[in-house]
Amino acid sequence: MAESPTIPAGPRNAADRGGPEVSAPVPVLAGGWTDAGVTDKIAGLILNRGGSWLSGWDRHWRWRSALLVSFSGALILLAASTWLFMRGVGLFGVNIPVAWGFALGNFVWWIGIGHAGTFISAILLLLRQRWRTSINRYAEAMTLFAAGIAGLFPILHLGRPWFAYWLLPYPNRMELWPQWRSPLVWDIFAIATYLLVSLLFWYVGLIPDLASLRDKARRRSRQLLYGLLALGWRGDARHWDRYETAYLLLAGLATPLVVSVHTVVSLDFAIGNTPGYHSTIFPPYFVAGALFSGFAMVVTLAIPIRHYLQLQDFITLRHLDLAACVMLACSLFVAYGYLAEIFTAYYSGDPYEIAMTQDRFTGVYAPVYWAYIGCNVLAPQCLWWRRLRRCVPALLAVSLVINAGMWMERFLIVVQSLHRDFLPSSWDVFVPTLWDWTFLLGSIALFVWLFLMFVRYLPLISMAEMRGLVHETAEEARSGEGKAR
Amino acid sequence: MNPDDAMSVVNGPAAPHTEGVADPVRRRVLKWMAASTALAGAGCSQPPAEPIMPYVSMPERLTPGQPVFYATTLRRHGMGVGVLVVTESGRPIKIEGNPRHPASAGATDAQTQAAILDLWDHERSRVVLHRGRISAWSDFAQAMALRLEAHKADGGAGLRLLTGPISSPTLLTQIRNWQSQFPLARWHRHHPDADVAGEEAARQVFGSAVDCCYRLERAALVITLGAELFSGAGGVRNAQGFAAARRTRGPRPRLYAFETAAGFCGALADERRAMAPADMEALLRAMAAKLGLPAAGDFSRVPIPPAALNKLCSQLLRARGAGVIAAGPALSVQAHVWAWRLNEHLGNLGTTVLPLARDSAWPDSGAAESARRLSPESLAALTHAMRAGEVKTLLMLDANPVHESPAALGFAAAMESVECTAHMGLYPDETARACLWHVPMAHELEDWSDAWSLDHVPSIVQPAIAPLYGGYSPHVFMDALTSGARRSAHECVRATWQAAWRGAGPEAFEQRWRTALRRGVIDSGAPAPRILAPLPAPAGMAAPAEDGVAVDGGGNGEDDNDGDGLAASLIAVFACDPNIDTGNQANNAWLQELPRPYTKLAWDNAALLSPATAAARGLHDGDVVELTATSPDAVLRAPICIVPGHADGVITLPLGYGRQHAGSTGNSVGFDAYALQGLDAAGRPSRIRRVRMRPTGERQGFARSQHAMRQEGREIARTVAVQGMRAQAGPPDGAQAGTDAPRHRPSLYPDHRYEGYAWGMTVDLDACMGCNACAIACQAENNIPVVGREQVARGREMHWIRIDLYHDEAGRRPQFQPMACQHCENAPCEVVCPVGATMHDSEGLNVQVYNRCVGTRFCSNNCPYKARRFNFFKYSSDSLSAKAHQNPDVTVRQRGVMEKCTYCVQRISHARIEAQKAGRPIADGDVVTACEAACPTQAIVFGNVNDPNSRVSKAKASARNYAVLEELNTRPRTTYLARVADPGSTLEDGHG
Repeated sequence: MAESPTIPAGPRNAADRGGPEVSAPVPVLAGGWTDAGVTDKIAGLILNRGGSWLSGWDRHWRWRSALLVSFSGALILLAASTWLFMRGVGLFGVNIPVAWGFALGNFVWWIGIGHAGTFISAILLLLRQRWRTSINRYAEAMTLFAAGIAGLFPILHLGRPWFAYWLLPYPNRMELWPQWRSPLVWDIFAIATYLLVSLLFWYVGLIPDLASLRDKARRRSRQLLYGLLALGWRGDARHWDRYETAYLLLAGLATPLVVSVHTVVSLDFAIGNTPGYHSTIFPPYFVAGALFSGFAMVVTLAIPIRHYLQLQDFITLRHLDLAACVMLACSLFVAYGYLAEIFTAYYSGDPYEIAMTQDRFTGVYAPVYWAYIGCNVLAPQCLWWRRLRRCVPALLAVSLVINAGMWMERFLIVVQSLHRDFLPSSWDVFVPTLWDWTFLLGSIALFVWLFLMFVRYLPLISMAEMRGLVHETAEEARSGEGKAR
Repeated sequence: MNPDDAMSVVNGPAAPHTEGVADPVRRRVLKWMAASTALAGAGCSQPPAEPIMPYVSMPERLTPGQPVFYATTLRRHGMGVGVLVVTESGRPIKIEGNPRHPASAGATDAQTQAAILDLWDHERSRVVLHRGRISAWSDFAQAMALRLEAHKADGGAGLRLLTGPISSPTLLTQIRNWQSQFPLARWHRHHPDADVAGEEAARQVFGSAVDCCYRLERAALVITLGAELFSGAGGVRNAQGFAAARRTRGPRPRLYAFETAAGFCGALADERRAMAPADMEALLRAMAAKLGLPAAGDFSRVPIPPAALNKLCSQLLRARGAGVIAAGPALSVQAHVWAWRLNEHLGNLGTTVLPLARDSAWPDSGAAESARRLSPESLAALTHAMRAGEVKTLLMLDANPVHESPAALGFAAAMESVECTAHMGLYPDETARACLWHVPMAHELEDWSDAWSLDHVPSIVQPAIAPLYGGYSPHVFMDALTSGARRSAHECVRATWQAAWRGAGPEAFEQRWRTALRRGVIDSGAPAPRILAPLPAPAGMAAPAEDGVAVDGGGNGEDDNDGDGLAASLIAVFACDPNIDTGNQANNAWLQELPRPYTKLAWDNAALLSPATAAARGLHDGDVVELTATSPDAVLRAPICIVPGHADGVITLPLGYGRQHAGSTGNSVGFDAYALQGLDAAGRPSRIRRVRMRPTGERQGFARSQHAMRQEGREIARTVAVQGMRAQAGPPDGAQAGTDAPRHRPSLYPDHRYEGYAWGMTVDLDACMGCNACAIACQAENNIPVVGREQVARGREMHWIRIDLYHDEAGRRPQFQPMACQHCENAPCEVVCPVGATMHDSEGLNVQVYNRCVGTRFCSNNCPYKARRFNFFKYSSDSLSAKAHQNPDVTVRQRGVMEKCTYCVQRISHARIEAQKAGRPIADGDVVTACEAACPTQAIVFGNVNDPNSRVSKAKASARNYAVLEELNTRPRTTYLARVADPGSTLEDGHG
């Protein structure tokens, strides 16, 4: 999908051009920050947040109770998975026409969320979008966690999960190989590659910061841990040179993955012959949806973080504004996808497609359909107003609505298409069980827990890049030049 | 060597080298013992000892792994149906029809197929019970001997025997002997599905008891008025006959079904009409009058348009001698008399309708005379006598009247006034628990007996296995009730036939006996069935009836629908359940889980209502209603199920559910409709009752296997119109079921090539009546687990072959369509499986490799027929009885794997091995799939499509042949033959 990188470019330019007339421009970094100040602020979030359980409670009760709740949720997910492995996938509400339920919907949703990180890090880096600097690190972490959680679901939903490795082409005595025509096999490779490259990209980006942490840490254990992870970084000019090259190369490597992963995921459905699955629009439509939910999640995470950690100077309204523009663009693209699906169904004259589409409008899952139309198409339209784009509570609300809407869309694609396919005799309804909800909420809890741990132990904003940003903004201020490099 | 021996050896005089140290020997011994014990305990372990018994004398011709077939007889509604029992290493695992037996002709119904599960049901009765406590047979025999000694004095007054329907010559002989010892004792017979009105009518028309059987293969026109021709004792035979008639060249026979609730006849009918019993009577009466039956009276109210009536009558006249008019059990005695007289008038008696004298079935003609005297009395007479205190001893043999009799009769209460009650049955059921004594009965597959079929062909019941749970034969039971020799069941049965074949010497007898056992039918030496001629019709024959429906004022419920709609009354029709029958198979999990043909309910019964009646009363599927009958008061709460094609103003209540002591499977499933069943004027259980219905506001969820029953404009189950003629292979009469699209559309993947065999199947929709026999046959053959009500409600039933049902708008042509894996040539499941667990084999089968499957379920999603089944949990049973009756040739599936129809690949392999041993190719008909074998109408044909002369190739050459969803280019190997619509048969246009 060639046009996806250009999508954010349009709104950004529009916003930039239209910016001065409506209100004062907001910089990507608030003024008054020095190199040391930036580093101290960000490293301080990690290193100076100690305090015993009792004495630190007053300062950190919010973070700690969130950690407790999310960790309990993650433990519940673990316990539920154990029970699932013991009893079988019958715990879910899946049945014979609807053999895929929440698990696959969650999978596609999480994988979609995992898209924004790489998009921000890689594509925006290549496009030299400077504003990515403040948000790329945590977006990448979000990508990793989301993609990792997404990767759990196809395994959890297997009938015999202990044989999941049979999908891999490993040498074995029986000379059995995966069945290469199956998109599920492609999926394994797509997701594994994506996870691997994202992890590398994220880690390489972390190295200079890990070295800073090593140098600033007081406790021996931390010095050791960060020292080991920093791989002997000394801030040498040659280090920086190679680092920059490697980072750029990895960005180049990650860029096609942004498109490929969700394309392959969409093929899981598009290769199938079920009306509602079998559609050529799926790859671009899924990628756009992925970016959509990914940016919604970036905003969802950014707002509480900047509020709680007082990062308003680093993650400025400008960032939120730009992210909102991306969401708006994605929303339009997704809306086009919805329309195209309807149009194709009626234009094809295929009675099964038409029946499926009508069932979306009026069937048992119609409330879900109309709800996500509202969430994904109508609600984001308010982002046309700059005032709303820069209104933090409103933006948080919209991003949450989009997250929910995108989940409903994934659910509907997976379930509604299956529940009424070709033979009316086999039609049935999928009703989620308590277990389905447990796994969905448990996965969210696990995500939150991982993210909180990330915030606590790793720099959530790239210190090295921020220092660069400080320089650039300072130079710009001196020379009085325009904002774009 | 035990430790004591070791001590004695060591301590004994033979230990001279011991040192002078204090008792070192004992310590050493102890050390050794401890060390060896420790070694034995901790060192090596063995699997637990399990004795393996070799055959002391190897049975001849028994090859392990090779099934042995025994010909025997099972009973349906008391009448014999010949079957072949497949045993593997001595364990009966499957039942097939016996092609030589007239009531089976190789096919079976679902209940017969499911009998194998009854055999292995570990909840069957195991011990003699006395006042509910474990006792012994000897105690029972002693107690009975004392009791009978007392009865000897008074000639048996106060001694009663109650049985179910009996067709065993041996048992009848025993009952006769018993009655001759106790001349004042009485024999009563009860079966809840007995057509009491029909029997009474036959007695009026023929002067004696009659078994009515049909020869539908000769029929040109069949009209059924609520008669279930295709189920029960003669069901398989009738279905086969009718299907044969449809298949043979010549004019297509027509079937008109007038039914209250949709039945199997309605599925095969050229036209079916939903009708209340009173309307059926009116129609019958109108036909009688129209056809000039003397003194049929006038007919003012005809439930069908005059033109339709004219058409029916003119067709009946044209089909003289080849017509059948069958009246159902819900009709009155008078209506049955009309039906008999109509058949007589049209010359059908003796050609298509055979009234067989019941006494003619006796093997020895001398006994026939006494048999005539030996006519059982009714349950009502027994209850009356019990209540009057006339009954001192009540013996019940294979009957469960406490549950299976109308509550209005009050049998259970009447039992309390009987001093001594003894019951023999398969289960410790409701009656067993109310009795002083209960004796476990051996299953039909466990002991010797004999039985004659509905058309009076006798056959031997030979055991396929020794009694699993220590049951006793009814013959042994009857012997214990008479003074005389104590014989085994085997001796009893042989004695009967020794008497019957008196002429033959011992060797000739042995010869005949062995032939009878081998063939499963006694086709020589038994008297020919005697066809009765009707008595001349009495003058006042057609006087208005005063019993049955007539009592209800002839209304069908709509008439008095004035005033309060909620309290308005309905006619309740009581009918045996299509699956568990009278309730006797309520503990059979296969039958409980099998979707009922028209409601697709599993594990439940429901009160059936027509959409119009339900709408008029504002009721929806699952609403619980309270049904009240006046005189005497009876109340029943039942959930309703709306069935298209049900008669308006009538509510059908399936019997046999709501059991308290059926066993853990059948207990408290559904509601007990017997509680509402009433009695007719003569005290017989009535099939209809006027009831009032009141919604309770409660709702009940159902477990249904199919929810949508319309085709939604998709051509799934197709119909072709063929004017008045049969539609078979050959030039079509302008009718073509398949589309004109080319059969082989392009595919991205290369075609498969088949050098040898290429298996395929056809299903004839013109012959399928939705009887479910194939589904149970498949379940038995392929070790398909039972999942339970909850899982069915979740949509996880496991049947490999499901019988889809589609209704048309008017509900006049319900269409069943068996749907299993279609074994597509371009199988959508194969390409999406990530591990290659579902593959195409060299003979075209789409095979499922269970131990490779990881359970992604992508294959099921991609199957347009949704023919795949998934083990969401571990559904297979580990019980000992399950292990024993499972087919050893079919894998028992683990949880988490996909499964589906395999075209009975184990049978293909078996045929291949046999063919290779004989050095010949597999011939057509060598491979018969389980569903094909069971199908009573031979709707399913399986074979090699590479052979142009195979039956399946010929069927596929028919113009009616089409593939379901062929537009998807899946190229299924299972194709369907479209149903035939005979435009000339419609009653609507009136000409004809």
